[in-house]
Amino acid sequence: MSDFKIIRDGELVDDDWTLVPTDGDVPATGKIIVPLKLWLSARLLPSDSLNVLTARQEPVGVWLDGSDDVSVLADSIATIPLIAINFPKFTDGRGYSAAALLRTRYSFKGELRAIGDVLRDQLFYMRRVGFNEFAVRADKDIADALNALRDFSETYQASTIDPIPLFRRRTALITEA
Amino acid sequence: MYKYDAIDQKIVDERVAQFRGQTERFLAGQLSEEEFRPLRLQNGLYVQKHAPMLRVAIPYGQLSSKQVRMMAHIARKYDRGYGHFTTRQNIQYNWPELKNVPDILADLATVEMHAIQTSGNCIRNTTSDQFAGVAHDELIDPRPYAELIRQWSTFHPEFAYLPRKFKIAINGAAEDRAGTLFHDIGIHTIKDEGGDIAFRILVGGGLGRTPILGHVIHESLPKQHLFTYLDAILRVYNRFGRRDNMYKARIKILVKELGLEKFRAEVEAEWAHLKDGPSTLTQSEIDRVASHFIDPAYETLPAVDTGFEHHLLESKAFARWVERNVFGHKKSGYAAVTLSLKKTGAAPGDATDTQLDAVADLADTFSFGEIRVSHEQNLILADVKKHDLFAVWQRAKTIGFATPNIGLLTDIISCPGGDFCSLANAKSIPIADAIQRRFDDLDYLFDIGDLAINISGCMNACGHHHVGHIGILGVDKHGAEFYQVTIGGNQGFNGKNDAALGKVIGPSFAQHEMADVIEKLIKTYVTLRHQDELFLDTAKRVGLDPFKASVYDKNAGKQAGHAEAEVANV
Repeated sequence: MSDFKIIRDGELVDDDWTLVPTDGDVPATGKIIVPLKLWLSARLLPSDSLNVLTARQEPVGVWLDGSDDVSVLADSIATIPLIAINFPKFTDGRGYSAAALLRTRYSFKGELRAIGDVLRDQLFYMRRVGFNEFAVRADKDIADALNALRDFSETYQASTIDPIPLFRRRTALITEA
Repeated sequence: MYKYDAIDQKIVDERVAQFRGQTERFLAGQLSEEEFRPLRLQNGLYVQKHAPMLRVAIPYGQLSSKQVRMMAHIARKYDRGYGHFTTRQNIQYNWPELKNVPDILADLATVEMHAIQTSGNCIRNTTSDQFAGVAHDELIDPRPYAELIRQWSTFHPEFAYLPRKFKIAINGAAEDRAGTLFHDIGIHTIKDEGGDIAFRILVGGGLGRTPILGHVIHESLPKQHLFTYLDAILRVYNRFGRRDNMYKARIKILVKELGLEKFRAEVEAEWAHLKDGPSTLTQSEIDRVASHFIDPAYETLPAVDTGFEHHLLESKAFARWVERNVFGHKKSGYAAVTLSLKKTGAAPGDATDTQLDAVADLADTFSFGEIRVSHEQNLILADVKKHDLFAVWQRAKTIGFATPNIGLLTDIISCPGGDFCSLANAKSIPIADAIQRRFDDLDYLFDIGDLAINISGCMNACGHHHVGHIGILGVDKHGAEFYQVTIGGNQGFNGKNDAALGKVIGPSFAQHEMADVIEKLIKTYVTLRHQDELFLDTAKRVGLDPFKASVYDKNAGKQAGHAEAEVANV
């Protein structure tokens, strides 16, 4: 457990997961998010008491970079409680496509978290492609970042969270107004 | 033209509020320059030599008189009384203050205008044929689809942080007047075998450092699949486009490295999951948007107007203007007029607030209150009665917009260059000016005929120099401004659609040599041409050698080594 706050489903909450860095030690207890490489290698091992991941009682999530191929998670997608996508730089947009693919192509229903260079002014788009959790960069005001989720009240395109594009809803919206 | 409904208006208004907050946080030190940079760029704001530069979108070139008056107001209130029309249907203001930009955007929003995605590594303003909807050679009006693409691309959440900028152009006429071959995606509106509207999709064209003509990736995409197919292309690009080197990050490099067939296979594989999904266009949405682009209330007029014919015979100056600046209209008795923003002594594409107000008045009086801007940086009154052409000409003369030079040598396409742009290696405007002054004989200009000179101040190619019949590129040579010349480029303007990239003729020239160089090239053409042969055709027939000889034989001081170095630089 950490005292670090994240945004989950539009609320500020304590982060109850521990992020295991690349080549970092896996803590003995608690909910953990492990690097993709470790997650993949553990899957190849027998699910016995020696397996550092499958032997755990607590949930194990996985994190990867936006440039990683998310299709490697496809087979076990229903069993993964949390996937975190790392933005090495906020201008690297690959994580948006990775998130959209996880949510739509692979029907991922668990928590989808943005980690790394996660800043207020990208949150609105991140939420639209399917992220529901944001670990805003530690030096930034996370309460302020929450405001970004209200930047726009309507959007044109279909996206993960609004699968029906505006043009299929427009007449009804205008008539109501 | 397209009119916003309450939702379109709200989206633009909320964008203004968002950017106001971002600007305030930047000025308060809560956002670093690095964090603010993509945010301001996606609102059209560059940091330039003298001040920020604000690039405002003119989606697919369409404007109302009210919008043009607002552009004049912005020039007066926030700038130094003028704006610059770019080669991609935008207007740029060179002297706004950062703190005023949210107010400028708020003013623009009151007339359904914005600066959304006019810069940055995102989907830029979609451009089109300036004569769309009125051209005599049009097959399908591309404007409804351009507007649909504008809406699809506006704040597309997945594609706001692409590897590099992404430009889409759409054309629906026999002639390609939108430069579709040198865009990241080019679209032709066509009819398929069954007579339904479809799109030919081109991908991977572009100018810049590595000029490449686009390839056809889909010969005939049924219209309902427009968005899902674009989503598929963009997703492949967003995932696999290079991000390690900004000079290799455009989609053209990805297409080139994968090969067209492999790239197409990736797109098809992606599209298989998106096709027929909720983003599939509905006929009712196409109809809704198309209903904004119906013909204005044209009168039934004879093809021949006696008053107009009389003026043609009476005034040689008017006849010349008609020959160059008036374009064939689909409707009998009407014509499209191009107002030239290429008068000698004015920077190509610049317009003052007074001129803009006068153009708005002209549009209200003579052209149903609408104006277009072309990527050649001129303004168009698209629906003028032939009967009114003489009056339009006289009034255009009073504001300096009646130079009879459309498509002629002095109709120079030019970026702002080193006078304003911090990316430029060299100045562009003084070169354009020197050439225009050298060719001040109208008889000679008419004798030379169609000739496109394009000037870019750097490799970013905003002046589209690669597709100029004569292209001029500013280069930095040991800290000094030099100019490299290409011949034989073509954007596909001459009705032949034989788009081509120009070839470098040799070592670059100093600024003071440029007017002489152009004059020598033109003399060579005039000497060698067959009857009625245009510069481009002569250049194609005879090759580079005679042109090289004309400019280099006396330049003994030039060293061959320079030529190789600069060719390699392209």
